[in-house]
Amino acid sequence: MLSIKNLKVSVEGKPILNGLNLEVAEGEVHAIMGPNGSGKSTFASVIAGRDYFDIKEGEVKYLGKNLLEMSPEMRSKEGIFLGFQYPVEIPGVSMTNFMRAALNEKREHLGLKQLSGAEFIKIMEEKQELVNIQSKLTNRSVNEGFSGGEKKKNEIFQMALLEPKLSVLDETDSGLDIDALKIVANGVNYLKRKDNATILITHYQRLLDYIIPDFVHVLYDGKIVKSGGKELALELEEKGYEWIKEITNKE
Amino acid sequence: MADNNNTYNSENFKNNLIKLYESNRKYFSSDSSEKTQKLRDKAFKSFKEYGFPNKKDESWRFSKLDQLFRDDYEFDFEPKLKKFDVNKIFTCDVYDLDTYCVTLINGWFAYKNSPLSVLKDGTIIGSLSKALEIYPEIVEKSIGSTAKIDQPGFVSLNTTFMQDGLFIYVPDNIEVEKPVQIISIVDSKNPIFIQPRNLIIVGKNSKLSLIHCDHSLSHNISFTNTVSEIILNENSYIDHYKVQNKGRNSSLITSIFFKQKSDSKIINNAITLNGGFTKNQIDLQIEGENCSSNLNGLYIMDKNQHVDNQVLVKHNKSNSYSNQLYKGIVNDQASAVFSGKVYVEKDSQNTKAFQNNKNILLTDEATINTQPFLEIYADDVKCSHGATVGQLDSEAMFYLRSRGLCEQTSKQLLMYAFTNEIINEISIEPLKNNIASLVEKRLKGELSICDQCILNCDSSEPKFIQNILD
Amino acid sequence: MQKDKNIINKFTEESDYKYGFYSDIETEIAPKGLTEETIHFISKKKNEPDFMLEFRLKAFRHWQTMKEPEWAHVKYQPINYQDISYYAAPKTKKPKHESIEDVDPELIETFNKLGIPLEEQKILSGVAVDAVMDSASIATTYKKKLAKEGIIFSSFSEALQEHPELIKKHIATVVPYTDNFFAALNSAVFSDGSFVYIPKGVSCPMDLSTYFRINSANTGQFERTLIVAEEGSYVSYLEGCTAPMRSENQLHAAVVEIIAHKNAEVKYSTVQNWYPGNKEGKGGIYNFVTKRGICKEENAKISWTQVETGSSVTWKYPSLILKGDNSKGEFFSVAVTNNKQQADTGTKMIHLGNNTKSSIISKGISAGFSNNSYRGLVKIGKNANNSRNFSQCDSLLLGDKCGAHTFPYIEAQNKSSIVEHEATTSKISEDQLFYCLQRGIEMDNAIGLIVNGYAKDVLKKLPMEFAVEAEKLLSISLEGSVG
Repeated sequence: MLSIKNLKVSVEGKPILNGLNLEVAEGEVHAIMGPNGSGKSTFASVIAGRDYFDIKEGEVKYLGKNLLEMSPEMRSKEGIFLGFQYPVEIPGVSMTNFMRAALNEKREHLGLKQLSGAEFIKIMEEKQELVNIQSKLTNRSVNEGFSGGEKKKNEIFQMALLEPKLSVLDETDSGLDIDALKIVANGVNYLKRKDNATILITHYQRLLDYIIPDFVHVLYDGKIVKSGGKELALELEEKGYEWIKEITNKE
Repeated sequence: MADNNNTYNSENFKNNLIKLYESNRKYFSSDSSEKTQKLRDKAFKSFKEYGFPNKKDESWRFSKLDQLFRDDYEFDFEPKLKKFDVNKIFTCDVYDLDTYCVTLINGWFAYKNSPLSVLKDGTIIGSLSKALEIYPEIVEKSIGSTAKIDQPGFVSLNTTFMQDGLFIYVPDNIEVEKPVQIISIVDSKNPIFIQPRNLIIVGKNSKLSLIHCDHSLSHNISFTNTVSEIILNENSYIDHYKVQNKGRNSSLITSIFFKQKSDSKIINNAITLNGGFTKNQIDLQIEGENCSSNLNGLYIMDKNQHVDNQVLVKHNKSNSYSNQLYKGIVNDQASAVFSGKVYVEKDSQNTKAFQNNKNILLTDEATINTQPFLEIYADDVKCSHGATVGQLDSEAMFYLRSRGLCEQTSKQLLMYAFTNEIINEISIEPLKNNIASLVEKRLKGELSICDQCILNCDSSEPKFIQNILD
Repeated sequence: MQKDKNIINKFTEESDYKYGFYSDIETEIAPKGLTEETIHFISKKKNEPDFMLEFRLKAFRHWQTMKEPEWAHVKYQPINYQDISYYAAPKTKKPKHESIEDVDPELIETFNKLGIPLEEQKILSGVAVDAVMDSASIATTYKKKLAKEGIIFSSFSEALQEHPELIKKHIATVVPYTDNFFAALNSAVFSDGSFVYIPKGVSCPMDLSTYFRINSANTGQFERTLIVAEEGSYVSYLEGCTAPMRSENQLHAAVVEIIAHKNAEVKYSTVQNWYPGNKEGKGGIYNFVTKRGICKEENAKISWTQVETGSSVTWKYPSLILKGDNSKGEFFSVAVTNNKQQADTGTKMIHLGNNTKSSIISKGISAGFSNNSYRGLVKIGKNANNSRNFSQCDSLLLGDKCGAHTFPYIEAQNKSSIVEHEATTSKISEDQLFYCLQRGIEMDNAIGLIVNGYAKDVLKKLPMEFAVEAEKLLSISLEGSVG
């Protein structure tokens, strides 16, 4: 589904990703872990098409297509979803209008008929239940005045509505208390299907207690330096990132 | 602006108007009482002395007037139709909103049966010229009491030529049940110059909502120079809306003078969606304590449109609050000016005055000039102002696009969100919904200069509305 | 309330203007009045090249067609331009001082009293000084040392003799004589000032400083400063000014021009402490100054820092034209007005190049019966892509008889640029005052402390020695007779 080869990315002349390789197939859950500044969030933004970054080298294929040539909205319509680490507040834009517009854009792209207001509300209510998000949130402006946890739940809610093929969740667990974490994890698990994939970007092993990854990758200095199964996460939790630094610098 | 005559300038125009007044005195003296005649004479003298503002006049620096000065304007010193069926010519409707609706046609009050109505609660609504005849004691006391005629500009000109316009008198202790809606229509085949004069008096402890719509019935050239005086007595309240959707050949200069007595409250919304040349002047004099005023404005300009909002809030007494919030989106070659001033007079202690102007500039051909001024002579004050010129937030753009919205839709959505801060201030719910949908249409490019009342854009058939004049 | 009144009264009492003395120095003064002959006289006195005389005459003829500006928020008695003497210079045996030993000891004493020692060995800090009294430069220190680096730092008159080509090339390229009434007047009659030239790639090893002193009565001071920073160079320049206490008003109309080439940086700091007049508003300097810099090429940077405490009337807008791509402009200002002082000051930031950035921080403090206005223009030209301006203009009011005003002008014509302006006006915080008092700090000191804190953002931009002086000055200006 997603194939990344030798991806090199820099920001204002400063290299961030230095030859990243990653293969993600349908039905898989990948976790990318790494210390601060290793390039995790850059990776997520590049997949979603943020133009702030300079792609220096490498290729990214998504469902056989060149992802790097696509606009952010095209990527979204093609099934890529980014759960933002810091979802932006957009005062004045109501959640309902926003998601209805997004869903209808996607449906148009897929050749499906547009949803009426009533149909949309029905779908929205269904999905709301799934992530246990109160309807009062959907009546407000996008993310405006939401608490940290509410913002993250809102991201999962949007993911549920848009039914992506590939979800990249950037530190979705950060700033969540244990109850919110469970809700978010349940949402992700519920949405997991044989034909979609998830990349979890996280700092801590904690989230992986609730969402079991098929693969764990360690990102360090803009490269994936170690990959393994879910046990790698536990090892990392135990030994800390210093361990990764040591083994990397040895090599 | 169509065919500009280069040799014709403000001086010629001024001299023509002076001649015009002198040779048509009979229209202006017959219906004037002694007091209004004095006011008229004074205004005429002032107009002769100062004339029109020029480039050096700071408050007119960015609004080029040359295009307004023409020698082919028609003047209706008598209403073309004294009496006619207002329902037949034009009506305007806000969905779900029941109003007392009145109409001015080319500056003249249009009516079916009577030019002046008295509601059950004693509120008088109708023609200013008739009111001067029937209630001279009310009109004379207030007319000219706030409008400044001793300076260059259009107020002395309006006062010289004033004949008719809207008159509202709300007695003490009355909450006017329904909003009053005034539709000011310009309809003429030839270029026309009209000067409506409105006088609104809200009594002690009374409350009034007033919706004022300006629009054109044709794309012909017109120049409207309106002066409104709005007097708020103790503990009164006005909720005032001005909605402008004019043709590109219309020029509109509106001067509103508010006088606020103690404990009174103003909410003023100026919404400019289209217009060739629009200048909105607000002069607010706070003459009592514990007053509050919210002056909001929204402008969405494109093509060659020009809008200039000039706001003066003068705190002459202590313990009052004022807030100005003006937001605008400027596209194509359009230009927008905001010049706001908060003036805090000596000893007007414990004043809270705020001022903010936010703009989005969409092209390099468009221009924004903003001048938020503070002039403060008292020390125990909290005043602040801010102004920004910028673009849509790129973070927000990305967020929307990452959810699959195309660039265009994302832009529209964010622009709409930008306007929301103003729209949310509209307290009459049906009006808010209407204006919100108008703004949305405007941003999508669907609302242009329509011949229909903007508040009724959707329907091709004029709707019947309850008219107090029936 | 009564306590408040007491504080305010204290601050409206006359300040200690410690620079108000007059030096009895034999001075050569031109007769009062301004005609073409006056200009010939000045030019001849200074033995100027022909181009300079022609320039002066053109400026004079143009000035005669101009009207004094009226738009500023200041009121003052009309100036009789024929009642001013346009040239005054301390008499010396030699026309030029070869070294400091030749300078009249009385003059050196005057500058010592002002805290500006001219003998190099006495200067503790590494600051080179050009001292200007009335119309003439007295002495310039460290000239030789600077010359080794190729740096020219001299009085304007000397530069005209020694480097006429440099002057000819740059004079009036930033402030043309047609610019405004006072700039035209200055161009016609300017007497002296400083000239600074930093060659390519040189970072000036010490701060350069000019000290201006008006001494004679009935004279005007019209100095002219020109700073040229070639590619990749750096200089920090300081300017200070004082004048004796007199009951008549005196006119000061200076012009400062700065040219910064590619990658060059110029920092210009002023502590303006001209005599402000007495508490009734009698006397004092009319300070009508045109200062402008241009970031001519890419990555140039110019910053203005000013502390304005003196003058009875100030009309001053140190401005920048950001022409080179990526160039940067800064304006940091603290303006204090007390008694009957009036100040209308601010800046203009004209963005022409791509990615140009400017910041404005202005702190106004009004006390007594004074009026203090910030007036600033930010203009973003059509082609100034991705330009950015941020302005913060705050006003603080001490007492209920003064005024604080903010007049920002924003003109934007580029869709990728961002302009932000913020301003607040408030009175000194009673909570802060109380906190200080509770900790045992006297009211006067508390106010000094709070005002200095309020102005910190600007003061910290000043070079060390200047900052210390400025902080003291701020407290003194507001302290009245309580010292």
